[in-house]
Amino acid sequence: MAEEKGLGCAAATGSVVGEESGGNDEQQAIVTDEEEKTMVAVKIGQKAPDFNAPAFINGDFSQVKLSDYLGKWVLICFYPGDFTFV
Amino acid sequence: MTAVAARYQEFKDLDVEVLAVSVDSVFVHKIWQEEELSKMVDGGVPYPLLSDGAGSLGKIYGVYDEGAGVDVRGRFLIDPDGVVQAMEILTPPVGRSVDETLRQIQAFQHVRKTGGAEVCPSGWTPGKTVLKPGPDLVGKVWKVWKPE
Repeated sequence: MAEEKGLGCAAATGSVVGEESGGNDEQQAIVTDEEEKTMVAVKIGQKAPDFNAPAFINGDFSQVKLSDYLGKWVLICFYPGDFTFV
Repeated sequence: MTAVAARYQEFKDLDVEVLAVSVDSVFVHKIWQEEELSKMVDGGVPYPLLSDGAGSLGKIYGVYDEGAGVDVRGRFLIDPDGVVQAMEILTPPVGRSVDETLRQIQAFQHVRKTGGAEVCPSGWTPGKTVLKPGPDLVGKVWKVWKPE
């Protein structure tokens, strides 16, 4: 089960891929409602906001971190939900 | 999502990793894969299905719909340096084009391969005319390229 395997919730790290904290100075910072934590918002031509998220991969549950994919091309596809029609 | 899965080999050939994200839990992802996706595509979708339960990722990527509580259709192409090269966001009733996604990936990869010395005009696909930006091209694009 996901919890038993130590999977956390999906969360932004608060920085861009490949960096420990903070974003590019040019990048817009947004503040999340709950935690008052400064986050980096996506911006074209800038480094992508990094995140951790639980995932279902090849029949198993594991954790995915965007910055682990540095060095590769990545296509992130958000979609409204499983079992939707389009 | 199965449209991408059906042509996953083309993404692999271009050395692109696909990450699909919705607000569903990993448990729902598992059942969707087993009950439906695996019947649309042999073996189901071969890439990770990420769970964005609270819409945290959707919020930073500008795709989270607070009213509906879902991440709308958004596609983000990120290069090997982690830089966002392309993004497209659609409301739920219309799907994306895998052809266009692959075309953009090929174009961005071509630009990267040439270090920006060659750029890809509108509608470019591999083999078509590229442009070489520089002083000589200013005001002379018409000589080498015209819209189709």
